[in-house]
Amino acid sequence: MTDPRTLSPLDLDTPDKTYLDANELVINMGPQHPATHGVLRVILRLDGEKVLGLECVIGYLHRGVEKIAENRTYTMFNPYVDRMDYVAAVSNGLGYCEAVEKLLSVEAPPRAQYIRVILTELNRIASHQLWLGTHALDIGAITPLFYTFRDREEILKIFEKYCGARLTTHAFRIGGLQYEAYDGFEKDVRNFVKFVRPKIDEYEELLTTNRIWLERTKGVGVISGKDCIALGVTGPVLRASGVKWDLRKAQPYANYKNFDFEIPVGLNGDTYDRYIVRMQEFRQSLRIIEQAVEGIPEGPIMAKVPKVMKPPVGEIYHSIEAPKGELGYFIVSDGSTQPYRVRVRPPSFVNLQALDLMCRNQLVADVIAVIGTLDIVLGEVDR
Amino acid sequence: MHDLINYITSYFGSNLTPGAAGNFFWATVYILLVFVGLSIAVIAMNWLERKILAHMQVRLGPMRVGPHGLLQPIADAIKLLLKEDIIPAEADQLVFWIAPFIVVLAAFTVFVVVPFGPTSAITDMNIGILFMLGVSSLSVLGIVTAGWASNSHYPLIGALRSSAQMVSYEVAMGLAVVSAILMTSLHGLGFYGVAASGDTGTLSMIEIVNAQMEQQTWFIFKFFPLGLIAFTIFAIAMVAETNRAPFDLPEAESELTAGFHTEYSGFRWSLFFLAEYSAMIAVSSIAVTLWLGGWLRPFPNALAGRTWDVIFSFFPGLTFLALGAITFYNVARMPRHPLFRIQTMGLAGFGAVLGLIGVVLLIPEISSHVQNVFWFSAKVAAFMYLYIWYRGTFPRYRFDQLMKVGWKVLLPTGLVLLILTAGVGMRDEIWDLLQRVTHS
Repeated sequence: MTDPRTLSPLDLDTPDKTYLDANELVINMGPQHPATHGVLRVILRLDGEKVLGLECVIGYLHRGVEKIAENRTYTMFNPYVDRMDYVAAVSNGLGYCEAVEKLLSVEAPPRAQYIRVILTELNRIASHQLWLGTHALDIGAITPLFYTFRDREEILKIFEKYCGARLTTHAFRIGGLQYEAYDGFEKDVRNFVKFVRPKIDEYEELLTTNRIWLERTKGVGVISGKDCIALGVTGPVLRASGVKWDLRKAQPYANYKNFDFEIPVGLNGDTYDRYIVRMQEFRQSLRIIEQAVEGIPEGPIMAKVPKVMKPPVGEIYHSIEAPKGELGYFIVSDGSTQPYRVRVRPPSFVNLQALDLMCRNQLVADVIAVIGTLDIVLGEVDR
Repeated sequence: MHDLINYITSYFGSNLTPGAAGNFFWATVYILLVFVGLSIAVIAMNWLERKILAHMQVRLGPMRVGPHGLLQPIADAIKLLLKEDIIPAEADQLVFWIAPFIVVLAAFTVFVVVPFGPTSAITDMNIGILFMLGVSSLSVLGIVTAGWASNSHYPLIGALRSSAQMVSYEVAMGLAVVSAILMTSLHGLGFYGVAASGDTGTLSMIEIVNAQMEQQTWFIFKFFPLGLIAFTIFAIAMVAETNRAPFDLPEAESELTAGFHTEYSGFRWSLFFLAEYSAMIAVSSIAVTLWLGGWLRPFPNALAGRTWDVIFSFFPGLTFLALGAITFYNVARMPRHPLFRIQTMGLAGFGAVLGLIGVVLLIPEISSHVQNVFWFSAKVAAFMYLYIWYRGTFPRYRFDQLMKVGWKVLLPTGLVLLILTAGVGMRDEIWDLLQRVTHS
């Protein structure tokens, strides 16, 4: 495998020959394209259908989230993080709240921790469901999309009942939770687990042994574990390449060390392995939810946190395992009510860098499959 | 005037198709009938595809325009016709303008030889099946010119994919067709339950069906499993030939936005749409004619006899009655609200029309005339359902895999099949030859 650092940058301005008599073609995919998951622009250099190289152009959805943080108090910035990875808003909130809690040296009470874990894992399932639907749609199977959206609805209903919002939930507060779990929360979650287990088998039935699916995903977009580490790729993409690295186990945050679950790992680092790893993660998340919902303790849901937060001068880096990979927050405090600097390490942005490496010498159709399997959200890439 | 009436009536009682009989009046009438029928079929297909696909995907599909979205295709057609006719500035104006017409022309012309019944075809050519294959493959010309004339990258790639795909699948398709044509002339042995027929084979669509009638078997069951394999090859190739899922690479939405018709809009786009659906119906009619006994009712050999004839003659009427009953069941389920009154009435009217057609079709004199067309359409409709089912089930093949399936799987299978079919059909002669060689 090539060392990604030695890859030559693309010379996109001067294709070797002219349009008609040459076999090299530079085409522009996106920002308005059905399969780039938002406003990603990919400039492809093709030889017939073979990809010679590609370049990602990002920034179409840049909203300056990190800059906004510098003009908001710690509490005021909390809802903004939901808008980065908007399909896994709860995970983003968890990472930010825990980072600030670390800065303030407070810890959320156990009951809050349990509810946080349940909601975050539910969100991981929702995020993976959205990934599965769109990924399959990109490869041409249009039906799984509707199945996954039907079942994702049940998760959103739980979110809506819990905090009133479905997508950008703002579910957590610094120091714990704002809302106590509603009556019947545990029953809803248990019912959901029972409801969704067979549904996951149903998705697998449609795809896992489907001949065309196998041909389209096996050996496509292969990336080795070494390359993943060199590029900083994390999450299911890294695990599918055989590296057993999950922050929930490696650096347990929240109260993940209380739960018994496994880290699914792939072997080949191709699109199919990433698919299998994510399908296994569905089941592992359900396992965690089941354990958490049985063990929710009684007690307060909010730690003692000052109304006006003035963290001591210092800096903190805290990262969690978001559905898409390592989501890190680097916060510098100057002792005032507003952070001096917030830097987000978004998994999608870092994972997207592997696109060029994974797509070289593959076909155009594989670029679509690889974009899908990287599971990027442009809100998070551009911030 | 008198001459004209004489000319018109002279066709009555003829057992030839109007084209073959040389009667231009009835040929024109048949052309209009086929054209109107095809347009209605495409409209119905549009609605059915959206509804069936929707129900496979746990959603409702069109529900707003008319009861259960029945008027949606009409609304869409009006919208497409009223749209601005855009020809991109960079496009080759003339070629861009002509391309959709080539495609539509090719798609519609093939229906000249489609046999809806022993005499219900526009004409009967002695090279019917060749004509169909030849003309339907002309549509690739329109697709390539459309992609090239758009002067844009995505349409160009779509057009190139499409031409490569259609050309390579035509080979496998041709081999399967040849094996079916062989069957029209070959004798079978009693072991296969096949009676001997005339010695000469035929390419005429009507004669192919007649051969199946005389041999008392549909070719899908002949020389089991050879006929079945040939049919399977054709059924796969025809999906690729019409650029439908899972072989819909030329218009792969997630890769090439819309493939060769990316730059087309409004009326011109609707022509491509029309052509795609009529091409689907055309290749399905080839499959039905060659392997599924064309207009013959199911199992004419196993379930033969006067009683079964009468029972099967009820089918057309009963089908429409059942459709009417389903419609009335849905009328009963409509919301009881003044806002829905007109919709409910419309749906009830639709059901009443269906029921009325059903009752009319139960009259023996009429039913005996529509039998053939009904069975032919029913078989084609089954294929249309298959098309929709594929689309709801399969992911899309990649280009190289598609080529691999075409050249490395279907083509060799087709070749071996052809030899086997010929061998099995000629085994009497081969046996004779062997005996003569060994005994001399």
